[in-house]
Amino acid sequence: MSWFSRKKPKLEEQVSDEERKVKTEGIFVKCVECESPLYRRELKESFQVCTHCDYHFRFFARERLDTLFDNGEYEKLDEEVISGDPLEFVDTKPYKDRVEAAKKSSGLPEAIVSGKGTIGGHLVYAGAMDMGFIGGSMGSAVGEKITRLIERAIEKRGAVIVFSASGGARMQEGTFSLMQMAKISSALAILHDARLPFISVLTDPTTGGVTASFAMLGDVIIAEPKALIGFAGPRVIEQTIRQKLPKGFQRSEFLLEHGMVDMVVDRRKMRDTIIRLLNFMMNEETAK
Amino acid sequence: MENDFNKQAIERVQTARHPSRPYALDIFSSIFENFVEIHGDRRYADDPALVCGFAMLGDEEVVVVGQQKGRDTNQRRLRNFGMPKPEGYRKALRVMKLAEKFKRPILSFIDTPGAYPGIDAEERGQAEAIAFNLREMAGLKVPIIVVVIGEGGSGGALAIGIGDKVLMMENSVYSVISPEGCAAILWKDAGQSARAAECLRLTAPDLLRYELIDEIIPEHSVWVVDRKEADSDSESSFDSIGENLKQILQRNLEELNKMDENQRMKNRYNKFRKMGAWIG
Repeated sequence: MSWFSRKKPKLEEQVSDEERKVKTEGIFVKCVECESPLYRRELKESFQVCTHCDYHFRFFARERLDTLFDNGEYEKLDEEVISGDPLEFVDTKPYKDRVEAAKKSSGLPEAIVSGKGTIGGHLVYAGAMDMGFIGGSMGSAVGEKITRLIERAIEKRGAVIVFSASGGARMQEGTFSLMQMAKISSALAILHDARLPFISVLTDPTTGGVTASFAMLGDVIIAEPKALIGFAGPRVIEQTIRQKLPKGFQRSEFLLEHGMVDMVVDRRKMRDTIIRLLNFMMNEETAK
Repeated sequence: MENDFNKQAIERVQTARHPSRPYALDIFSSIFENFVEIHGDRRYADDPALVCGFAMLGDEEVVVVGQQKGRDTNQRRLRNFGMPKPEGYRKALRVMKLAEKFKRPILSFIDTPGAYPGIDAEERGQAEAIAFNLREMAGLKVPIIVVVIGEGGSGGALAIGIGDKVLMMENSVYSVISPEGCAAILWKDAGQSARAAECLRLTAPDLLRYELIDEIIPEHSVWVVDRKEADSDSESSFDSIGENLKQILQRNLEELNKMDENQRMKNRYNKFRKMGAWIG
């Protein structure tokens, strides 16, 4: 017989583990890089950049535009433009269903949102891509929306800014997707001849057909810190050459070193940097 | 002559990749005359996977560019399996700018699995090289005819693929991704490539139907390069299909030459401008 006997029920029975937990989910986020806990609201205020180690979390397309224009005001453009299903593509599920699911989960109409407004007083047509919509892939709708941005800028003599975040062309639209590269680049040729600025901002990740078309055609190309930027994805390269890739390969700083981008800019300084560039590029003289 | 438009997509992929199918240099030396090769991008190197030069189509001086594959092991290695590096695309653009300078039309022949995905290619800006070609080709003021002769592998193909007319050989393919790559991503199984080939709608008849290309050059029999030991057909498929290709090129070129430059440039823009399938 034991010396003590428990008369009251166990404490654990009164308060279950589940209830005793302090609910921090939704309030704190752990930084992927330095693992410090970050207050979610604070993180939002710092444009989704870690306040300890400057790690850049992925930024949502809408937030990108909200924080870009003067006073956060802009006119949304082409929200109604969405992808068709020209090939009637079915993989593990029909492409149509995939688009519907992406719309629901991302809250976006397509992998890019675009808007018109002023930045530092300059007229700007801007688009921001979002990885949350089928990997930010470029199909017909994305191609059409960017082309319309460029055509509007030519007509109204504004600047074009596109924030890229994309795995490349959208497979489910086959050659239609591929031809968006041609379409957008053709429009950029006219923008170029019209002496109007195109600023391309590369964010994590920018690869494939997006990099190999408009993303690398900026008059000035800005990259966010440590973003993965390349033509072929690291996995494809590793399979081709059958070796591990060196650390930092295809990251923004690597591209800066190899002369492929003009600058690596912290997201918190992005707007100021863009205004500085537009002040130089939006020249009244060229409008004549 | 019967065109088997219902041929399985994967069969066309295999035909397009067949090692005895004519490559760019076979075409340059058969339907063209006085071909002289132009080398190097004046920046870094000469890329043997992309060949360029001056040639004559009938009595017209033209610039020809095209990806070049290799037939035996040594040639394959030399030509890097027809996968150009940035210097290849930059060379092509340099030669196409010469065409513009001397007012000669450009004929571009596509046959590549894709642009080379390697460390050195990335370091030297593979994406930029392709992108820059797209934009610059869109603005070249001379007529451009593009022919997909074998594999049209994604951005690496498109980088020499902007033109006033885009033609495809009947058994060539043109796709945003290889069937193997597509299958590996979607079904995690490269063995599903036949299914992927079907889904991607990469055949010439499909792409003509979608109005992504302008014309198909028929292949009434198997299009293979001439070999001495080959069976003694009275007329080889290489010559007869080549002759047909030549005539179609000349017809298209005549049409483009007659056109006013501004109109031609406007048409080129509108041609790509209307490509896409969106709602709204």
